[in-house]
Amino acid sequence: MSAILHTSKLQAFYGRTKALHGLDFEVREGGITTILGANGAGKTTTLRAVCGMIPTQGDVTFNGQSIAGKATEDIVRLGVAQVPDGRGTFVNLTVEENLRLGAFTRKDKAGVLQDFERVFHLFPVLLQRRHQQAGTLSGGEQQMLAIARALMLRPRLMLLDEPSFGLAPLVVQELFAILRAINRDEGVSMLLVEQNASLALELADHAYLLETGRAVLSGTTEEIKRDESVRRSYLGY
Amino acid sequence: MEILVQQIVAGLATGGIYASLALALVMIYQATELVNFAQGEMAMFSTYIAWSLMNVGLPYWAAFFLTIAISLAGGILIQRGIIRLFEKAPILSVVIVFIGLLLIFQSTAGWIFTYLIKPFPSPFPQAAVTLGTVQFGSHDLGALGVTIVVLVLLYVFFRYTSLGLAMRAAAQNPVSSRLVGIRVGWMLALGWGLAAAVGAVAGMMVAHKVFLDPLMMGGILLYAFAAALFGGITSPGGAVVGGLTVGVLENLVGAFVPFVGHELKLTVALVLIIGVLLIKPSGLFGKAVVTRV
Repeated sequence: MSAILHTSKLQAFYGRTKALHGLDFEVREGGITTILGANGAGKTTTLRAVCGMIPTQGDVTFNGQSIAGKATEDIVRLGVAQVPDGRGTFVNLTVEENLRLGAFTRKDKAGVLQDFERVFHLFPVLLQRRHQQAGTLSGGEQQMLAIARALMLRPRLMLLDEPSFGLAPLVVQELFAILRAINRDEGVSMLLVEQNASLALELADHAYLLETGRAVLSGTTEEIKRDESVRRSYLGY
Repeated sequence: MEILVQQIVAGLATGGIYASLALALVMIYQATELVNFAQGEMAMFSTYIAWSLMNVGLPYWAAFFLTIAISLAGGILIQRGIIRLFEKAPILSVVIVFIGLLLIFQSTAGWIFTYLIKPFPSPFPQAAVTLGTVQFGSHDLGALGVTIVVLVLLYVFFRYTSLGLAMRAAAQNPVSSRLVGIRVGWMLALGWGLAAAVGAVAGMMVAHKVFLDPLMMGGILLYAFAAALFGGITSPGGAVVGGLTVGVLENLVGAFVPFVGHELKLTVALVLIIGVLLIKPSGLFGKAVVTRV
């Protein structure tokens, strides 16, 4: 399997502070890679760096093309959809308007209509809430809306920032089942950032462990799960 | 009674002009949280462009639409060429830039067109329209009609088109907008263009009544501020209601409160601005902004 996303010596900065110190990782075509780590390890920063939302050095390759230094909106137009932390929905717009915005860059009207059907099928609650302002949805519903909006782009790669954050365990299970289905049925590759390591390791095929902006461990999820230190620090057994 | 109805209709006509200009202010405020002090002068300059076009022989409506197109392009250019450079600058710097723009437009207009007051034509008939026993000025009715068309077009654009939706999204949440592929910078520029175009219509409609000179928008912009604040600077609908209210109020107070008369009319706007800021700073329809710190 080839890599759809690949970084080499990726560094990222907040002002003068370096937050990533030369990160190499990849997401395989059709695969799910997860980035684990404690608060402040640089997980969210990694996603922001890939999307060109903060200044970076080093190289990022998407689908064989270098995207380092490109504007966020141009990277998105290549088929990279990010579901940011804090969900990033347009709270003053309706659910339907949020979804329309997700497909903003697409020209194929028929395909967009199909995708409306598809996300309403995946998340029936969004159909019920179609004309409601996104800000009035519950946390779980907003997370579903954020993922649905990302799907409206018909992305080749989804970047997910802590999709489980602040959600009830049952909702989280439902959400991860949907993510698995999207990956399996539609071949959408994913880069998943999670604090909930056991959940992420169930879903992903490859994992990287980040500490203060550096990858200290990487491998298939099976290997990572067997690692003594990961088990103690992140899985808790 | 007839005088009252007459005054109300005349008030609605000027109110519509305040509403358009207030809407232009709100459009830019929503995207940037800044009040464009140069909005009135930009409208004045657009009106001079229309005047020049008619002077070289273009018919009124041709000049009218060409001026709107030029203003749209001009607004976009001003944002891309000047305002964008101050994107990350402190608010006060941007305010100074706005005041600088105001002065540039005013003195450039004076330099090119002189400060001599010029008549500006109306596309509507001279004769008054009589309904029952009440007479209305044709220009008042026509200007009101033009304003309504502009407002409806803007509403449809922002409510139903993808571009309008993208502009609203970019104003509300630039970060998320980039993440769905919206070119936020261009949306801001387009907002400036639309504001300039709407201002141009207001300028062309009001110039027939106040006559054309480089200082003509000073008082009108003050009313537009009053209108925007009254309706709530965060609410486009509020700006329209505010504009119409201010227009009618100004006319009624001028006509029926003897000591105000024509001379003190502008004070009405100031009283309204101070009153709103004291009693309900978010305006009639505006949202009070709550910030977590």
